[in-house]
Amino acid sequence: MELVLATAIGVMTGCGVWLILRPRTYQVIVGLSLLSYAVNLFIFGVGGVKTNVPPILVDGVSTSTLADPVPQALVLTAIVIGFATTALFLVVLLASRGLTGTDHVDGRNDPK
Amino acid sequence: MSGWTHHLIIAPILVPLVVAALLLFFDERQRVVKAMISLASTLILVAVSLALLRIESGPNDFEGVYLLGNWAAPFGIVLVLDALSALMLLLTALLSVAALVYSLARWHAVGAHFHTMFQLLLVGLNGAFLTGDLFNLFVFFEVMLASSYGLLLHGSGPLRVKAGMHYIAVNLAAALLFLIGVSLIYGTAGTLNMADLAARIPDIEPDRRMLMEAGAGVLGIAFLIKAGMWPLCFWLPTAYSAASAPVAGIFAIMSKLGIYIILRLTMLLFGDGPSAGFGADVLLYGGIATIMFGTIGVLASQALGRLAGFSVLVSSGTLLMVLGINDGAISSGALLYLVSSTLTISAFFMLIELVERGQDAGAIVLAVTMEAYGDADEDEPEEGDGVTMPGTMAILGICFAACGILLSGLPPLSGFVAKFAMLSAMMGTGAIGVPPTATVWVLVILVILSGIAALISMTRAGIRTFWSSLEGTVPRVLVIEIVPVMFLLFLTLALTVQAGPAMRYMDTTIRSLSNPRIYIDAVRNAAPIPDYDGAASAEAGGK
Repeated sequence: MELVLATAIGVMTGCGVWLILRPRTYQVIVGLSLLSYAVNLFIFGVGGVKTNVPPILVDGVSTSTLADPVPQALVLTAIVIGFATTALFLVVLLASRGLTGTDHVDGRNDPK
Repeated sequence: MSGWTHHLIIAPILVPLVVAALLLFFDERQRVVKAMISLASTLILVAVSLALLRIESGPNDFEGVYLLGNWAAPFGIVLVLDALSALMLLLTALLSVAALVYSLARWHAVGAHFHTMFQLLLVGLNGAFLTGDLFNLFVFFEVMLASSYGLLLHGSGPLRVKAGMHYIAVNLAAALLFLIGVSLIYGTAGTLNMADLAARIPDIEPDRRMLMEAGAGVLGIAFLIKAGMWPLCFWLPTAYSAASAPVAGIFAIMSKLGIYIILRLTMLLFGDGPSAGFGADVLLYGGIATIMFGTIGVLASQALGRLAGFSVLVSSGTLLMVLGINDGAISSGALLYLVSSTLTISAFFMLIELVERGQDAGAIVLAVTMEAYGDADEDEPEEGDGVTMPGTMAILGICFAACGILLSGLPPLSGFVAKFAMLSAMMGTGAIGVPPTATVWVLVILVILSGIAALISMTRAGIRTFWSSLEGTVPRVLVIEIVPVMFLLFLTLALTVQAGPAMRYMDTTIRSLSNPRIYIDAVRNAAPIPDYDGAASAEAGGK
């Protein structure tokens, strides 16, 4: 389980970093999305990887058998904020495309 | 701490938040109403932050811990007001009044929702200054960034959209680093409350400590991007010089937010104990690189906007270097420098637009944006108020000279006092009496050199603009545009006259920061208000 999660985070981060270094705005936004998925999974991971356990405190049950609710709350917030800022970036990207006529991040035309 | 004064702590967040929401109900055509509401909000913020500063520095020990939701410290989110955050709140409020008044002349009309975004920016800034919780800091940071994206694009145009796109991409990546850092810290220390974290750091076992320090390092990168440390700063001069004048004026405080958080966290978390001095070398050498890069940039800039952008870097570099040394007396001088340079750079950004209005290039860009986004009737008030008085150039010239004096740190304005306080503490003539080391000599030389570079560049730009621009027309400047600039410059003058009390305040601030126990105990011992708790439990029992 840990190995699968770690591999998924690693692969997504690698792809994301490569993509945000590319010169096209579309690649940058896909890269940022991939990175934010990786970060969200990472936040989940720091609470300890446990399956099928509730995050609810019950009398007489040891806390070690419970899932940590804080990373779950954090990841929800991070998803919402990440989603909103990505949407905003998409708008700016379209505005830039409209104003410069190219999807290069610097607004340059392609060296053909 | 009883009664309503305690609730004042949350006012700097609530007031602009409510006003921002309220402003959405008004149509864009009701510009005057929107402007008045927005202005009232910033004036209230000045009053509130003055009151908070007065209470904070008052004789009786004010416990500035505000428990949101009435939950005790490590479980609920806390707002913490101490001398440093009170100072930053006041600085933000003063800048916001100046920038807002300035924007009323024309800029608030060139696009939609200027006032709403402006108020939300204040929510984010004030929240980030007040919060005592790392994840809450992230949320306020994002509130601030999201509205700053909108404000940077305000006025539109290809240049702004391009700079805005780079700015947003860099800051989105920084936000992801922020999250990685925060979650690593949570994973190793098991808390997000800053005070609780500071208390727990000594007990973290060595193998987890390494991860925690890695988390703090990643977190630090996110703030250093905001503060503009070399090599994370290439977006900054472009973005700041592309922003419209009042927006750049308020952005001046945003790079100081990065500095503020680094100062707060290094003093609190890495003041003493096994992780003491973590990251100090990075700050020191990063600061040296930043100030060198900024100085070269200042000398090389052709446009005034970029000159101001690089001045932001010089100021950040100076502050980062001082944070790297982490010496009490130098730090309190640096705090004064922080206040003084923020006021200067904000005034300078707003002044640049007025000066360049007389030149062709700036006028053309403005005309294009006005054509695209403004109404035709926008020019009308100018005919009445904007008399092309012969003194216009003289007033602009005096303000420009004052900015030059402040940036280069010459007497008699506060730039000199601040640099003098820093340099005299560095050279050991103060209370310390220790001969300076080689590193400190490097810093002294760099601070002086950066001042000379600012002087050279400002003189050159001043001659080019004011003495040899006979062919240029005299810019039409409204009174409400030059008054905010003069107000900010007047504040630096006041800071010079009142340098004694100001320095004493900075000293107290640094002293309380260098004793993190005060902060930790205040947060940990803050008890929920029993009345509410009793009522709540009685109610729960009744059900």
